[in-house]
Amino acid sequence: MIEALLQALINGVIAGTILAVPALGFTAIFAVLNYPNFAIGALATVGAYAGWAGNTALGLPMVAALALAFAATAVAGLAVQWVAVKPLESAGALMMAIASLAAGLVLENALRFTFGNDLRGYDLPLLRDWRFGEFRVGPQQVQNFALALAAMALLWAFLRYSRTGRAMRAVADNRDLALLRGVDPVRVAAVTVAVGAGLAGMGGMLIGLDTSVDPLVGNRLILSIFAAAVLGGLGSIPGAVAGAIAIGVAEELAVLAFNPAYRLVVGFVVILAVLTLRPAGLFGARAS
Amino acid sequence: MVSYVVFLLVVAGIYALLAQSLCLAWGVTGLVNLGLAGFFAIGAYASATLTKWGGAPVPVGLLAAMLAGAVAGFVVCVSTLRLRDDYLAIVTLGFAEAVRVVASNEIWLTGGTDGISGIPAGLPRDWGQGFHLAALGIVTAILGLVWFALRRLVASPWGRALRAVREDQIVAAVAGKRVTRLKAEAFAIAAAIAALAGALYGHYTSYIAPEIFQPLITIYVFLAVTAGGNGRPTGAAIGAYLLIAFLEATRFAAEILPGVSAVQAAALREASVGVVLILLLRLRPRGLFPERNQKAPA
Repeated sequence: MIEALLQALINGVIAGTILAVPALGFTAIFAVLNYPNFAIGALATVGAYAGWAGNTALGLPMVAALALAFAATAVAGLAVQWVAVKPLESAGALMMAIASLAAGLVLENALRFTFGNDLRGYDLPLLRDWRFGEFRVGPQQVQNFALALAAMALLWAFLRYSRTGRAMRAVADNRDLALLRGVDPVRVAAVTVAVGAGLAGMGGMLIGLDTSVDPLVGNRLILSIFAAAVLGGLGSIPGAVAGAIAIGVAEELAVLAFNPAYRLVVGFVVILAVLTLRPAGLFGARAS
Repeated sequence: MVSYVVFLLVVAGIYALLAQSLCLAWGVTGLVNLGLAGFFAIGAYASATLTKWGGAPVPVGLLAAMLAGAVAGFVVCVSTLRLRDDYLAIVTLGFAEAVRVVASNEIWLTGGTDGISGIPAGLPRDWGQGFHLAALGIVTAILGLVWFALRRLVASPWGRALRAVREDQIVAAVAGKRVTRLKAEAFAIAAAIAALAGALYGHYTSYIAPEIFQPLITIYVFLAVTAGGNGRPTGAAIGAYLLIAFLEATRFAAEILPGVSAVQAAALREASVGVVLILLLRLRPRGLFPERNQKAPA
């Protein structure tokens, strides 16, 4: 029993770390552009297909395929932003959210039109799980975990040290003050959408590596992404990471305790509980 | 051909009911309900289980569905009403997914993914064409009732207060309106209307299953309400009939496209729904029947 719990904990931390990548993308867009981007699931799917195409058709190694997933999804995210969302800026956050949902539907079906509904698998060597006493971890799992950590480290360095990254944090923190200091809001918004969507795409590819790729692979993640972001506090970067790891662990424990299908419901229950008890989440400042 | 048109008109009436629900929540009160498909499902299951396994008459099932929808609506919205509006959007989106998962797995109650078949209609199905015409009459009459009631509600002081909440919560609160309570009432009533639509759907088609209640339904209704005009019950209802006409037109258009597989045709149809919604939001966000300014009472 204890072993099963610890195994669930290990799996949960790994899954949560991977989930943190798209959750960071969602929360970053919310922090800077001030609306929830509901295309995030479809964007993750775009990344999963881009990485898969890079890996199987072009024979790219994983790191290069991940970079391709980032780039392709950044472009798709900018297209969603510019074509569907931006014209509705004056109509408010809700209209932008609805437009992003519609744009996500278009992206998902563009992929379905091109690739069909079949499951696609990455070209991966079959490897035996590593065993540590009672516990087992797949080498692929560990690789994905490491890639997710590397992506987050890069994001952290970008936000901490680059001029653009600092400008993004400034806009998220206090938009008016940032504009007063001469930050270009259009540029910051574009970079945020590109990076946020790119992260979603990397997340989608990492999940696709673990399972398989189909037009709904990103949409299946969307509740977990929302739950991670809300638990951490919408718009909080460290919160998204902490929230994602907590959701990853909670989902694995739920699989242990209930019917595995109820994994999906964990996110919804967490969102309801957090909003009832502590709407600002773990690290968030603003909710109302 | 006649039976095809009658069937479409019944389905359009059910979508028009969903559009009434979204008109009240979103158009009038400014509460986005992205979980419309979930409330639709709750109503369908509540009425189907009660009438099929509980032996209750269909009208009792319809009332129970509305009650279940209102309770679910209240539970879903209550935690977010004091927060920014986009939290409600996130919660409702999650709600619809959660409903589908529960419906797929609580087999003792919902029949799981097999669904529930043989749902009683309250009318003999062996009337053939007569059954469909009678169903059309009933659904259209119920839609008419809901439309009339909603028009009265929207024009009443309560409806004015809802629009005040939509435009500016702080001003409404300063004017002494109980903002949280008004929002909860509007959302719960809207959820009850969506549940009623679900119950009617189940009784008419005699079969429900989790796969029927796709999130796509919610987007369809957003499209209908945006096309017709989201602030007016009349606009929302007409938008729903236009939606069904549009969906059928894309079905025929996709069939005559050369060299397109069935999956591709389905993908094109779904994508076209998204494209039209984006275009409408951008070009004609107030719809065919824009909200009219109401004169202040003397």
